[in-house]
Amino acid sequence: MTQASAPPQEPERIPAAAVGADRAPVWSSLQRRLLGGSNASILLILLAIVAVFAALDSSAFVTVTNVRNIAVDVSILLVMAVGATFVIITSGIDLSIGAVLVFSGVVAVRAMEAVGGDGTGVALAGLAAALASGIAWGVLNGLLVAKARLNPLIVTLGTLGMAFGLAQLITTGIDLSPPESVGEFGIGRIGGEVPYLVVIAAAVALLGGIVLAKTRFGRYTYAAGSNFEAARRAGIAVDQHLIKVYGIAGFLAGLGGFLALARFSSTTIAGHSNDNLQVIAGVVIGGTSLFGGVGTIVGTTIGILIPGVLQNGFVVVGTQPFWQEVAVGAVLIVAVYLDQMRRRRRYNPR
Amino acid sequence: MSAPLLEVRGIEKRYDSVVALRGASFTVHEREVVALVGDNGAGKSTLIKAIAGTIQPDAGEIWFDGRLCSIDSPRAARELGIEVVHQDLALAPDLDPASNLYLGRELARPGLLGRLGFLDTREMEAQSTYVFKDLGVKIQNLKTPVATLSGGQQQATAVARAVNWAGRLVLLDEPTAALGVEQTGNVLDLIRRVRDNGLSVVLISHNLPEVFEVSDRIEVLRMGQRVARFATKQCSLEDVVGAMTGALVHHDAS
Repeated sequence: MTQASAPPQEPERIPAAAVGADRAPVWSSLQRRLLGGSNASILLILLAIVAVFAALDSSAFVTVTNVRNIAVDVSILLVMAVGATFVIITSGIDLSIGAVLVFSGVVAVRAMEAVGGDGTGVALAGLAAALASGIAWGVLNGLLVAKARLNPLIVTLGTLGMAFGLAQLITTGIDLSPPESVGEFGIGRIGGEVPYLVVIAAAVALLGGIVLAKTRFGRYTYAAGSNFEAARRAGIAVDQHLIKVYGIAGFLAGLGGFLALARFSSTTIAGHSNDNLQVIAGVVIGGTSLFGGVGTIVGTTIGILIPGVLQNGFVVVGTQPFWQEVAVGAVLIVAVYLDQMRRRRRYNPR
Repeated sequence: MSAPLLEVRGIEKRYDSVVALRGASFTVHEREVVALVGDNGAGKSTLIKAIAGTIQPDAGEIWFDGRLCSIDSPRAARELGIEVVHQDLALAPDLDPASNLYLGRELARPGLLGRLGFLDTREMEAQSTYVFKDLGVKIQNLKTPVATLSGGQQQATAVARAVNWAGRLVLLDEPTAALGVEQTGNVLDLIRRVRDNGLSVVLISHNLPEVFEVSDRIEVLRMGQRVARFATKQCSLEDVVGAMTGALVHHDAS
C-alpha cells in the first residue's frame, strides 16, 4: 500500500540527543507492519505451511514438478482474484466470476465452432469471444451497482444465476470441447519448463499490482472504497470508476474462462461453482478488507497461494485432502479477525 | 472599505413545505474571518451549500469579486476559488494525508508514464510536507492512513486541503465541533494563519467564545434571514445572543 522508499529531502536531521526518543515510532511502525501491513505476516504463514510440508515429505513436495503443479492450479484463480481485489477494495463484491468464467468458456467454444477449423487464428477468435463476454457481464454488474445503486452482493448473485443458466441453455448442460490448438496451449510451456498459464497469471498479477499501487486508476479505486462520498465531492467520477472496476473483474473472469478451456480442454460447466468463494477467500486472506479502501495484489497473490499449497500439500503428504477446506476456513477467519483488529485499533489510536 | 469579496443578496430556498432561507443576505470582505452564527434551523448550512454550489437557490443573487455569478455546481465554486470543509470532513480514511490533500487532483508523473496514469507520489508528498508546515499543521507520519490520526489532525488535514486549493475563500462548517480544547486552539490558530496568508474565511460555529476569539466580523441568521451584523470587537456576547434569539431587533439586516 505505502511505498517503501522515504523521500530523500528534509536535510534537517534529528539531533543525536533525540535518537532515543525515536525508538518508539520505529517500534510502532514495526507493529503496524505486522498487524497493519499484513503482507509480511501472511507471507510468514505461507512459508510456515511450505516448511511444514517440506519437513514432512520433502522428496515429493519440494520438486520442480510439484511446484509447477501448484502454480498451474492457482493460476486461473489468481487471474480472477486480481479483478476481485479491485472490486473488494471499492467495498464491493463479485460473486458472479465463476459463472462468468463458465459462460465465457461456452461462448468461446461456440464462437470457435462458428469460425470453424483449428489453429492460432481460431483460438484467438475464441479468446476474443471469451473476453468480450466477460466484459459484458462485468459492465452489467458495474452499471447495476453504480447507476441503479443496487447492493453488489445481490447484483452479482443475480448475474451469477443468469450467466450460469445461460451457459447451460447454450450447451443444453453438456460440456463442450474446444479445438485442439486451445488444449495444446493449455499444456504448453515456455522453454519446456514454465507453463503458459502461469506466465499469463503472473503477468496479470504484475500489471494489476502496478496499476493498483502506482496509477491514478488505483488511487481512485482506494478512494471510492474508503469514502465514496468524499471521492465524489473531490471531483472523481466514482460511478464511472466502479463500472470500469467491475468491467475489469468481468474481463479477467472471461480470460479465466479461456484459460480453463485451455487447461481442461472442456467447458467444465459443473467445476466452478466454488470459484467465487475460493477467490474471495484468497483475496481476504491476502489482507484486502471487505470494508474497502485496503488491499494489495502482492497480498492477494500470497492469499491465493495459501489454499493452493495446502490442497497440494495434504495430497502429497497423504492426508485426506478434505483437511484443506478445514485449514482454509480457519486461515480465512484469522484473516478477517486481523482486519477487524486493525480497524478497531485505528479508531482508538494508542 | 473596498467592494466585498462575496455578496449574497436575497437568497431564497425552500424544501417542499419547509422554507430554509427567506431572502438571506451575507457579506464577506477580502482577508477577513466572518463568523456565521444562528440557532439550529436558522439556515446556516443551506446558505453555505448555496455558496459552495451544492444546492441551487430558488431566488437571489451571488456576487463574487464584483461580478454576478451563478454557482451551479461544486466545480463552479471551485473555479471561483471557493473551497468548503464540511462537517464530515470528506477524507478518505484509508489514504495518507498527502493522498487526501491531492484527492481528485493527483499529480501525474512527467512524460509517458504520466500519460499512462502513473502518479508522482514523491512530488505530492514533498508538496504536502510544505503545505502542512506552512500552515503549522503537525503530522508526524505522512505515510500513515488518515484514520489513525487524532480528530484534530484529521480536521487540520481537511482544512489544509481546502486552504491549499482555495484561491480566495474557505468555508468551514463547524470545524471544531468534535474537538478537545487544545485541538480547537490549533484549528483557530490555523484559521488566523489562513487569513494572514490572504484568504477569507467563513466560520460556522455554535461556540460563541470561539467565534469571539477568532472572527473579525459576525453575521447572524435567524429564520432564514440575516438579522444582524457586528464588528466582533464592538459587540458583546449579549448582542449576538439577542440577535440569534430575536430578543434584539436590528435594522441593518437588508
